[in-house]
Formats: sequence, structure tokens, C-alpha cells
Amino acid sequence: MVKQRHNSQSGLPEIWRRLKKDKAAVISMFVLLAIILVAVLAPLIAPYGYEVQDKKHPMEGSSRAHLLGTDRLGRDILSRLLYGARYSLAMGFIATAISAVLGIILGSVAGYYGGRIDNLIMRFLDIYQGIPMILLTVTLAAVLGPSLRNAIIALGVGFVPGTARLMRASILTVREKEYIEAAKSVNARDAYNIIKHIIPNAIAPVIVSITMGIGNCIMAGAQLSFVGLGVQAPIPEWGAMISDARNYMRGNPTLALYPGICIMLTVLAFNLLGDGLRDAMDPRLKN
Amino acid sequence: MGEKILDITGLKVEYHTDGAIIYAVNGVNLSLYKGETLGLVGETGAGKTTIARSIMRILQTPPAKLCGGSINYKGQEILDLSEKEMRRIRGNKIAMIFQDPMTALNPIEKVGFQIAETIAVHNKITKAEAEKRACDMLEMVGIPMERYGEYPHQFSGGMKQRVVIAMALACNPELLLADEPTTALDVTIQAQVLEMIQNLKEKLGTSVILITHDLGVVASCCDSVAVIYGGQVVEYGNLEHIFDHPTHPYTIGLFNSLPKLDSGETRLKPIKGLMPNMKELRPGCHFCERCNDARECCKTLSPETVEISPGHIVKCHFAKKEVESWPHSLKSNI
Amino acid sequence: MAPLLEVEHLKKYFRAGGDRQLHAVDDISFTLEAGKTLGVVGESGCGKTTLGRTIVHLIEPTEGTIRFEGEDISNPSKKDLRRLRENMQIIFQDPYSSLDPRMSVSQSIMEPLLLQGKLSKAECREETLKLMKVVGLAEDYENAYPHELDGGRRQRIVVARALALKPKFIVCDEPVSALDVSIQAQILNLMLDLQEERNIAYLFVTHDLSVVKYISDDIMVMYMGHMVEKAPSGLLFENPMHPYTQALLSAIPVPSIHNRKKRIIMQGEITSPINPKPGCRFAARCRYAAPDCAQAQQLEEVERGHFVSCCRCHEIKKAQAYQTN
Repeated sequence: MVKQRHNSQSGLPEIWRRLKKDKAAVISMFVLLAIILVAVLAPLIAPYGYEVQDKKHPMEGSSRAHLLGTDRLGRDILSRLLYGARYSLAMGFIATAISAVLGIILGSVAGYYGGRIDNLIMRFLDIYQGIPMILLTVTLAAVLGPSLRNAIIALGVGFVPGTARLMRASILTVREKEYIEAAKSVNARDAYNIIKHIIPNAIAPVIVSITMGIGNCIMAGAQLSFVGLGVQAPIPEWGAMISDARNYMRGNPTLALYPGICIMLTVLAFNLLGDGLRDAMDPRLKN
Repeated sequence: MGEKILDITGLKVEYHTDGAIIYAVNGVNLSLYKGETLGLVGETGAGKTTIARSIMRILQTPPAKLCGGSINYKGQEILDLSEKEMRRIRGNKIAMIFQDPMTALNPIEKVGFQIAETIAVHNKITKAEAEKRACDMLEMVGIPMERYGEYPHQFSGGMKQRVVIAMALACNPELLLADEPTTALDVTIQAQVLEMIQNLKEKLGTSVILITHDLGVVASCCDSVAVIYGGQVVEYGNLEHIFDHPTHPYTIGLFNSLPKLDSGETRLKPIKGLMPNMKELRPGCHFCERCNDARECCKTLSPETVEISPGHIVKCHFAKKEVESWPHSLKSNI
Repeated sequence: MAPLLEVEHLKKYFRAGGDRQLHAVDDISFTLEAGKTLGVVGESGCGKTTLGRTIVHLIEPTEGTIRFEGEDISNPSKKDLRRLRENMQIIFQDPYSSLDPRMSVSQSIMEPLLLQGKLSKAECREETLKLMKVVGLAEDYENAYPHELDGGRRQRIVVARALALKPKFIVCDEPVSALDVSIQAQILNLMLDLQEERNIAYLFVTHDLSVVKYISDDIMVMYMGHMVEKAPSGLLFENPMHPYTQALLSAIPVPSIHNRKKRIIMQGEITSPINPKPGCRFAARCRYAAPDCAQAQQLEEVERGHFVSCCRCHEIKKAQAYQTN
């Protein structure tokens, strides 16, 4: 009996057990799964293609043919939203992945070695962070040319300092723990120590921040598209859709409202899930 | 002895967390007389701190839940008081010193100001008077009053603990709850602080409940002792009862676990096993799994408390000499 | 035969900003025979922990020599250090932070064996189970994680881990301070049994004088990086010579209501060990302090194996004898 209890009480299953208790996080997870599913299956479930124009019915409200109406070119809004999930999510996931990988590496190196290397990396990040994020991404997008790929790169690079900082702080606390010294005293090498002891114990807050970062990336991506530096027409990214709709805000506000709701829902879901993960991963709450 | 100022009967506290219930305090009876120092001795998780926090009414509810019993402070039922009434008593009549002096002080306020503030909260006096009193308190705990305007980080551990004590005593409380006040300190500093508490107690006539795991500390500054195990008082008596005639197997085990300075023993006789899991409240004696003398009845029947000599109370089936008679009379008690 | 461990004039200074130096360990010398225990006592900040860590090279010494089995290991090469560490282990104070919370009991105990790389995985596991048995951990706990276990069991894991490489010498840094008395006694007994079985030498660092008396053959008292007194365990308690040792011994609360001794209440607290002046570092708090104390103190062997670093210790002893008569 003792054995059983002990086997089931640590690592991922334990986190999952605790996450399950947070209703908001669980609902968010289902919402996100649904959005991802929609994104993947968009060609199958969308009633029209995203660039198919119904020239006879531009700017129409909801009807049987177009559930959520059409835009100024007569494109089906529902279809564009469904396809839009692909681009928004891709932007969020890939950009966050880039920032996570770079941030974790930079933060780990700075945190573990400390001293001069730490100083070099952190001062560089300081300067980097001193430049306003939007300016940076705008510059990058302008230099590389506006496209989905370049927007993702710009966002990914832009979010590196935050992740790196968090990783470094987290590593600094773990590095002082006695089990690191204990490992050294049984002849563990540096690389072994970092991979086996330090990163696994330091990663929890970073995972939480990454989860929330996806939401932020989607938001920032939408902003980039809104100012015309992100995804280009006719690709239906949600931010780009709002941008398209801004001229008709008065006459047909639903045009901006639908993609707005989509962005809000997705970002909210990521944030709630992040919150839930933070609570679930906090060892102090373990019992 | 003098007037009884605190009377706890049948105190029960549980912690409800995450679907599990931790039975922290299970029917504690204690009383304290004016000017007396009562030592609560026990190991981690025995329920000592929970008892003190119940008296102060600073248990976090939830997860804690008071499930019964009464705490009578000079005729007033503390557990029935409103939060507003309690605030008048807390810090004023009953004060508490916490284990860690490092976290008990606000790092961004001047030390003297923190004492003066406590005084001002409970007394209608001017700022100047409060400051004057705070200076007196500092002097009393052996800190020159020139250091009134310094911040906690400028003080060493021992001095911080003195400041914490000064704060606790600032309103002349009748009852001081000291939760492991010297555990975080070095022995030589511990000696200083204990000596000081002793002197102040004599000077001010304060009653003290001293929570500790160190029997040495108890021997040097308590009048009576309650040994706590599994959320219950297993033995209670004056110093002589506990130190010269320990009777409960747990108390005896505690003494045997201590390396002694004045004997050349080569091997300790520790208590076997571990603290019981307080999540399952089983019938019978809580100590029976670790007890060498446990018998069948210990597993099923909770022992009654027996007064084996005047003022010496033991919660064990076999506390009395005439063992044979015990299980029998117990049956009639159920 | 050379003693197992010889430490001569060991110094460890830390930089404390600018040209300020913190003298954590200052000119400590001692020898330790195989299978014996040297207790190191002192208050927090006296350098006892640094001493232990310097000897096992978790911290590099500033000056001085350390010899292990006759071989100078003051500045070991990486290769030597790897070999050395199989013979020298360290047990930390807090079993809550010296175990990786994400490793199961068996993983933690097995880690040194796997890192050593001499045994196959299956052999490692077998050895791990053996070690668990040795330290009194039921096999059921093999897959448990530290946070599910109490302090006593965790410290047993730490001990098992330290034993894995079959060391001849273990630095024990306050191994029982975080434990309850009843559990503390269990661990102390375990450590004594292991010493007897495996002939391990301990450097036992602690602030608890009753524990140190119980477990040590010799005891060294440290004050602000200096060794103020060192003697066989019995002698030190019978005949403490240094005023600091006397005060320290008198400050221990004894769990007995008889033979209450007069406590010597020391004034003040430990002062800063940054750029200390030469001379006795205890002088500022010592009630016997005299002008002589400002000079560097010599270690004197007052009786066989009993060393004291106090120029006035004989005078003081005489005065005290006079007082009691």
C-alpha cells in the first residue's frame, strides 16, 4: 500500500492531480484544445475558403449562408476566423518557443556561471530591454520585410529578455541549494549538474511564464498585424482582421468584434491556465 | 498558588486541507496561575504552537477549525469573544513572542518606533509618552536607548529577539506566550535571553507559557511542565515530577534520547519509530506504536488522565502502580 | 603509520568587498586517526562549517596543507579530486535542502554510484537496496520522494548516499540539528554503528555540546575562525581551560533540576571577523581580558592532548580554584 501511494505522488501526475482541482484552468484547457482543434481542422470545417469572395453580398450581417456575415470583399467571417486561429496560434506558439529556447539558454548560463559571463549577458539584455518592445519589433519587421515569418521572428526575439531574466533568478536560488553541493561532492560534472539538478528544479516558474507568454505573443502579433507589419492580406490573422475592420467600426462593429472576442478568449485561456499551473507546480502547496 | 488566570479545557483543533483532516490538538486541558511559567514540551507537529495560537486567536481559519473546548482567561471565554473584543486583549493582556526574530520585525521601520507603535495602539497616550515608554522598554531588555532610531538589520540575532520581547512586554501583558523564543539563537545568546525573560518575569509578575523542544530550557526557567504528544497532554506536573519522576513512557523516552553531559553513556536509547500520522485519529493511546510497554488495551482504549501524586497528572493506562486493577476500572469508565 | 587526515595551518579568507577580508578559518591545525571522531563546536559564524567544506574541497583553502593518508591534497588536480572524493564525503545539516526534491529515494542514493561508473545499473540498484537496509530504510520507500518523508528518514537517505562510495572520512555538518530529539538519538546511534562497522572517521561539526560529547573522541572549540581549545572529549568537559569554553559549557541548559551550576552570562555577541586585529579574538567579551591578550596567542599543550590558546589560562584556573575553596 505504501508503495502505491509513493508511486503516484510526484512529477507530472501530481501536477495534473492538483491542476484538475482548479476549475478555471481546466475549462481554459478545454477552450484551448477546442481552438487548436479548430485551427488544425479549419479546411474541413470552414464553410468557405478564407479568400473566397461573395461579391454579391459584401458587408452583410448574419444570414443562413454566412453565419457571422461577410466583410467588405464579401468574404465569410466565420471561415476567416476559423482559418485565423491557425495563424494566430502559430504566431503565439512559434514565437514563444523561440523566446523560450533562447531565454532558457541565456538565463541558465548567466545564472549558473555568474560573474563576468552573467554580467555580460545581463547588461546586454538590459540595453536590449531599454529599447521599447514595439519599436524593436517594428524595426525588425521593417528590416526583414512584413510577413508572417518575420513577425514571428521579431516577436520571438522580443520576448527573450523576460524569459532569460526569470530563468536566471530561478537558477540562482536553486544553485545555492545544498543538493547541488552534495552532487559536486560525489563528483558530478557541471553539465550533469545543470541538466540533471538545476534546470528541472528551476524550470517551473519559467513554464508558467511561457504559458502566459503565448497569450502575450498572440496579442503582440495582433498589434503588429494591426499596424500592418505582421501578416499580410489576404491571410486572415485575427489582428489583421481587426485592422481591416477599423474603417467600418461605426457602421458594422461586429466586423472587429468577432476577431476581438477570439483574441480575448484565447489570451484569457492561456493566462488562466498559466495561473493554474503556477499553483499546481508550487511545491509549498504540496500536501 | 495564586489566582488562576488561564484555564483550557477539552481544546480540539483540526486542520482541514485538501480533503484530509489533520487532528492537531485533541482535547487539551491546561491551567496557568498568576506568575507561573508553564513549559509546553514536545516534538515537531505535537500541537504546541497550535495551542498557543488558539489562545491568541490567531489561527488561520480555514484551514484550522476549532472543534470544541474552552479557553477561559480570567473568567472570560476567549473563544466566544468577538474579533473586536479580542483585539483589545491581544498584544495588551496576552502577548506572543515568535520563534524567528528575523521575520517578526518590520525591516523598514525603526526599531524603537515599532515598540512605540505597539504601545500607542493599546493605550491612549501621546506620541511622546509612547516614545518614552519604548525607550524604557529597550533599556529594560538591555539595549541602550540610543539605538531607538536604528533599523532591524543593524541588530544581531540576539538583539532582535530582545526587541521582539520588548515589544511583547511593552503593554505589561499578564500572559506571555513564548513560542521557541531561543531556538534560533546560539547557546551563549540563549543564556542571555533566558536570563532576561526570567528577570523580567520576576519584576513584572507576568505568567508565561514557554513552548520549547528543549528539556534543558524547561529545567532552567519553568515552574511546571506539560509534555505534549499527538495533540494531547500526556504528562503534567511541576519540575520535580517531570524531571525526577517521569512516568509516561514518552517522557521517559525523551530523557533517554538526550545525550547527557554528566554521564559517560556510550549509547543513547532513542524512542523507536516516528511521530504518528495526525491525519488518522485512531482510538487508543497515540503513543502506543512507539511504546515498549504497550499492551492490547493501549491500542483500543484512550487512557484516562490519572493524578498519581498531587499535581502530577499522567495520561497512561499503567501510570498507577496497581496495574492489574487498571483495565478493569477503565471498562467502567467508558 | 600516518594519521588519516592531517590539517596544518589551514586558512580560508573570503573577500568581503575592497581590501576587507573575512577570516572564516584562521590557522587551524589538527590530525584525525582512522575510525575516530573529531567534534568541532562553536557558535554560528565561528567558521566551523567553512572548515568542514574546505577540507572536502567544496571551498578552496587560502593557505595551509591538508594531507589525506599521508598524501598532500591541498591543491589537487581534477583527477586527484575525483579519486579523493570517493574517500571523503559530506553530510549537510538540512535534510530538506540536501536532497533533490525531484529525485526518488533510490535515485538519490544511487547517484554517486552511477557517477562513479564502476557498476552496472542492476548492480547499482542492488547496492542501493543494501544501503537502504544498512541505514534502516524500508524497501517500500525506494520510489518515494523526499517531500513525502519526515526529517529522520530524509537524513537516513543522506547518510546512505554518503556511504555509497565507501568513504574513509565523512564531514558531518550539523547532521542532527534539524531533527527532533527522539529522532536525533536514532540517527546518532546509526552513525556510531556505521563508524564501528566500517571504521569511518568523522569530522562532526555542531553547535550542540551534549551531542558532541556523546559522539566525539576529541573536541575542538572554535571562536571566530580560531581554535581556542582542543582536548579529548572527557578532559574538555572536566577541565575546560579557555574562558570561552567555560562560558560555552556553562551556557548549555541541562535537562536536570539538580546540580544547577551558575551560568556565566557573557556580555555582548560575536563581533565581525572582517580584518580582525591580532591577538585573542574573544578578549572583547572575556571577563579576564588583560593587555597581554592583544598579542597573538600561542597554542599551549597544558596536559597530554589538551591544547589551549589563552595566555592567561593558568592564572585564571588558579583564581577559579581559589574562589571555589
